[in-house]
Amino acid sequence: MNVIEETAFVNAKIERIVIIGAGHAGGEAAMRLRQLGFAGDVTVIGAEAQAPYQRPPLSKAYLLGELSLERLLLRPLTTYNDERITLILNRKVQFIDRAGKNVRIEGGRVLPYDALILATGSRARTLPLAGADLPGVHLLRTVEDVDAIRANLQPGARLGVIGAGYIGLEVAAIARKLNAEVTVIEAAERPLARVTSPEVAGFFLDQHVAHGVRFELGAQAAVLKGDDRVRAIGLADGGEVACDIVIAGIGVLPETGLAETAGLQIQNGVAVDADMRTSDPAIFAIGDCVSRPMVHYRDRRARLESVHNAIEGAKIAAAALMGQPRPTEEAPWFWSDQYDLKLQIAGLFNGYDQIVMRGDMAEKSFAAFYLKAGRLIAVDAVNRPGEYLGAKQLIQRGASIAPTALADLSRPFKAIMTEAV
Amino acid sequence: MPKITYIEHAGKEHVIEVASGMTVMEGATKFNVPGIDADCGGACACATCHVYVDPAWADKVGKPSGMEQSMLDFASDVEPTSRLSCQIKVTAEMDGLVVRLPKSQH
Repeated sequence: MNVIEETAFVNAKIERIVIIGAGHAGGEAAMRLRQLGFAGDVTVIGAEAQAPYQRPPLSKAYLLGELSLERLLLRPLTTYNDERITLILNRKVQFIDRAGKNVRIEGGRVLPYDALILATGSRARTLPLAGADLPGVHLLRTVEDVDAIRANLQPGARLGVIGAGYIGLEVAAIARKLNAEVTVIEAAERPLARVTSPEVAGFFLDQHVAHGVRFELGAQAAVLKGDDRVRAIGLADGGEVACDIVIAGIGVLPETGLAETAGLQIQNGVAVDADMRTSDPAIFAIGDCVSRPMVHYRDRRARLESVHNAIEGAKIAAAALMGQPRPTEEAPWFWSDQYDLKLQIAGLFNGYDQIVMRGDMAEKSFAAFYLKAGRLIAVDAVNRPGEYLGAKQLIQRGASIAPTALADLSRPFKAIMTEAV
Repeated sequence: MPKITYIEHAGKEHVIEVASGMTVMEGATKFNVPGIDADCGGACACATCHVYVDPAWADKVGKPSGMEQSMLDFASDVEPTSRLSCQIKVTAEMDGLVVRLPKSQH
């Protein structure tokens, strides 16, 4: 698309904005449009029964029972009312008619739009195994998933977790707090293989073992055995893990079906430009379902599954729709809470050629910095929030910094940051 | 319910009733007060819910924890009464609390 067309689109009168998806991204986009002064109709259509809610606590405080559904909701229903945002919940969108500029909702209703925002998110990968439909086998993606898990996760229950990513490890930590017995089964030789370095993964493995979690690493779940409910996970090598409840945390898949059917460009997710605009200038896409150019990584395209990505996409799309300057992109950031460990991650570690440790793993207080050709590209900080925030700022600046300086604990990190170039 | 006054950087005031046990951050985000982003939802993971507690209330609200202070050290435009509002739990004694919002959370 050339510049003239783009300007024409922004200037075109937009009176009706429809948002498909009532997750973190969709809800935030609606609110952001109002904060920026959009006065037209905003309609958010969600497949789930709840108003937009926070997903990160699902595998943490909500699973533990320390957070009510009311507090999990990003905003109470009254706020949507006050902001004149129409929520259509418990309804799937069946079809996007790009030529007619409308969407068809399950039940037959057709909603016209001037601009459309796809915030369809992702869905949990299901176990491709016999027995995956047995009672007691769960995915963890929605409030309903977790409500069902909580009913089964009693003290003394034997929990089998399939997949040692962040969701799997967070669930393991909460289940130990609830006095369940936990075995984690992971196909790779270490946990967190996709998301962090062997050093940091080893630290988390040790922590979980110290808390009584058992691991089957390099092990492939092959079958789920049971009768009226699941009783065991059968492994490919013939072994068996007895359990009363199974939770699979084996990743998510982007919900791109509607976009694909509508003929939008897909590249490992709905492809968008830096303004979150798809290959159709009237359609934006945000959140887990998109792949977008990463401004801090030479515009390498990535699909991120995170709160940061959901919120930032919402802000950028709303600004583009309102003809306002693009908000500054942050370095991607993530967090995970396990036991007394707060892990804060900034940046994307893929392709690092050097890792620098600052602090002490034994004291559960350290930062692992990832460098590529001298440039800081990511940090994993455990109970080191200063290093996390400082490193995030350096990553956003594209800064290089000497490894010896990063590791020097005799000086505060803020002082060390001044040496970055 | 305790009433809390949020004053945007440009001066606009929002008076919101926030139930005891909620956080000062939740009072703002749940009612779409602009200026508190609270991206992480209160996990003390993002430092985008920075507020200035009115000096008259500073003692009652208290000081930041070690972790919170470490985050504030790297926030922008920090003042002596700066707090992360996700870490301030509302109590009955906070009825009338006034917090001002910084120019930017990023």
